[in-house]
Amino acid sequence: MNKRSRRMPSGICAGLALLVASCGSTSDNSAGAGAAGAGSFPTTISAANGQILIKARPRAIVSLSPTVTEMLYAIGAGSQVKAVDKYSDYPKSAPRTTLDDLQPNVEAIVAYRPDLVLVPGDSTGLTGRLKAFDIPVLSLPPAATLADAYRQYGELGQATGHVQAARTEEAHVKSQIDQIVAEAPKADAGQTYYYELDQTYFSATSSTFIGQVIGLLGLHNIADRAPSAADSGGYPQLSAEFIVQSNPDWIFLADTICCGQSAQTVAARPGWSAMTAVHNGHVVTLNDDIASRWGPRIVDLLQTVETALAKHRATT
Amino acid sequence: MSTTLPRPGVAPATARHEVQGPRPALRPVSARGPIIVALGALLGAVVLGVSMGPADLSFSAALRVMASHLPFVHFHSGVSRIDADILWQIRLPRVVLGGLVGAMLAGGGAAYQGVFRNPLADPYLLGVAAGAGLGATAVIVAGPHMTELLPLAAFAGAVAAVSVTYVVGSTVGRQGATVSIVLAGVAVAALLTAIQTFLQQQHAQDLQAVYGWILGSLTVATWSEVVLILPYIAVSAVVLVAHRRLLDVLRVGEDEANSLGVRSSRVRITIVAAATLGTAAAVAVSGLIGFVGIIVPHTVRLTTNASYRVVLPVSMIGGAAFLILADIAARTVLSPSEIPIGVVTAFVGAPFFLFVLRSRRVGRST
Repeated sequence: MNKRSRRMPSGICAGLALLVASCGSTSDNSAGAGAAGAGSFPTTISAANGQILIKARPRAIVSLSPTVTEMLYAIGAGSQVKAVDKYSDYPKSAPRTTLDDLQPNVEAIVAYRPDLVLVPGDSTGLTGRLKAFDIPVLSLPPAATLADAYRQYGELGQATGHVQAARTEEAHVKSQIDQIVAEAPKADAGQTYYYELDQTYFSATSSTFIGQVIGLLGLHNIADRAPSAADSGGYPQLSAEFIVQSNPDWIFLADTICCGQSAQTVAARPGWSAMTAVHNGHVVTLNDDIASRWGPRIVDLLQTVETALAKHRATT
Repeated sequence: MSTTLPRPGVAPATARHEVQGPRPALRPVSARGPIIVALGALLGAVVLGVSMGPADLSFSAALRVMASHLPFVHFHSGVSRIDADILWQIRLPRVVLGGLVGAMLAGGGAAYQGVFRNPLADPYLLGVAAGAGLGATAVIVAGPHMTELLPLAAFAGAVAAVSVTYVVGSTVGRQGATVSIVLAGVAVAALLTAIQTFLQQQHAQDLQAVYGWILGSLTVATWSEVVLILPYIAVSAVVLVAHRRLLDVLRVGEDEANSLGVRSSRVRITIVAAATLGTAAAVAVSGLIGFVGIIVPHTVRLTTNASYRVVLPVSMIGGAAFLILADIAARTVLSPSEIPIGVVTAFVGAPFFLFVLRSRRVGRST
């Protein structure tokens, strides 16, 4: 389905080993900072939750963020992962547990004897509570921009001892996105789209991460006309009649898994069947999970959208 | 992070039972005047509701589209297919559904206040909200393939909760006492809300869907929801209106009513059953829209000072008008974004109600 191979880290890493000083597996921390691909410890990371000191290369990582879990495996730190939260469903080999970031159970986390805990935010004060156990907590919050997402590869690489692999993965994601954007049919620029988060018409504006990613292809987002978009964090609930009257060229459904929506269910909605996107078969289904994460699979999502655009151009 | 069902029936429970102010003498008011005023308000609300919305469409276009849907009339509206669909398939069912739900919640509220002789009673008093909330949450967390069952589950949950409340409440307490029924409602609501909250916390990824349902919404209203609830609401409305005079008799007290030859417990169960059926249907398609069942009947009562003969039908018509107007605000104030309608009913309704309460007090003291 996907013409670009993505699961690269170890292979690329091996290939690059000849060019780069070292790559990955050595646990020798002797050299100066950055010279070794494995990084050096102790190290201090400037993270979203402050300066985080990590004394030694972690060997028991607990990840409470599905996106961070995907990033860890992508940079080759999978073997150091001890436990991931119940929403971390990718890759399949990740050791999924019942841990839940929204209601973290400190005792359950400590029971895994982690030497590094990765969270998507610290609203529950986990950093402070785990300090008592001398367990560093690194917060990698939802990316607001692509640059934020890229920066997290660097932070994770430094924290786990995979500096070089993280750099390589970051560059790889960047180049794949650039390539998709370069291939995107320019003739379609200026077309409009509606991005659906659930069947009560919650949407995402182009100020959100996902809105920026799709915006790379030159499409205009109808939700941007919602004046309250900023107040709702870029996720306004739109009126059905506004969506229908805006008559977007494309409808992207990010509620296929959560809410079982499809091109058929959209066409069956009263009043929606006369819309251009429905009429032209321009209702594109996306994987909700990928669409709500900012990890390496964002490339897949952009590819799905670009493929739909390209297919349309080929037939017109 | 925790959200709980709004439980209009729970908070002031201890101070709630059998609250009776000095009974105002009932003036022999004609029902005609208030009903005509209320119908005028409803007509105005419908006209506004049809002509206002995020999509820019004129009222004349709306009229032409509606005319084109009249049976046996072959009339081309001259409106584009999309605009016609917006009016007929999206906006109009929303106005109609808002009217039905508003009428039911206000009528149910008025009936409950009469039966339980309690000014704080609302249609959610005996566990409708908690039962429907549990049913809806169970379906939402069960996954997308169950979505179509949501209204049915909410309806079943609401009816089951009130049935349990009624059976338990009327067997544990003194024969014919309403206090034990109200208290049983508090207990049943607490129990069901606990289960609902547990389910919700176990499925945190569905939090927004559950919360959105609880706040109440007419966002996805279609004709099929209208058709779904119309029979229940029609039956409920007919039964309630037919019992409006008996509600006046109950108002003097259980024993007095019995001595007047009214079998109060039978009247009570009939009214509760009718109000529950209609409210459960309304809640099933619109979620938990608060305040309507309290402020509309009280506003009617305060402005007419009349008996249930007037209060009940006028509350229904007024409730329909009120919810249609609230929904206009919900979809136009931040257009094209939506505001949860429960937020609008509380935000607009509560100050308005206080205003009515105050002007009423001033009016009395002079």
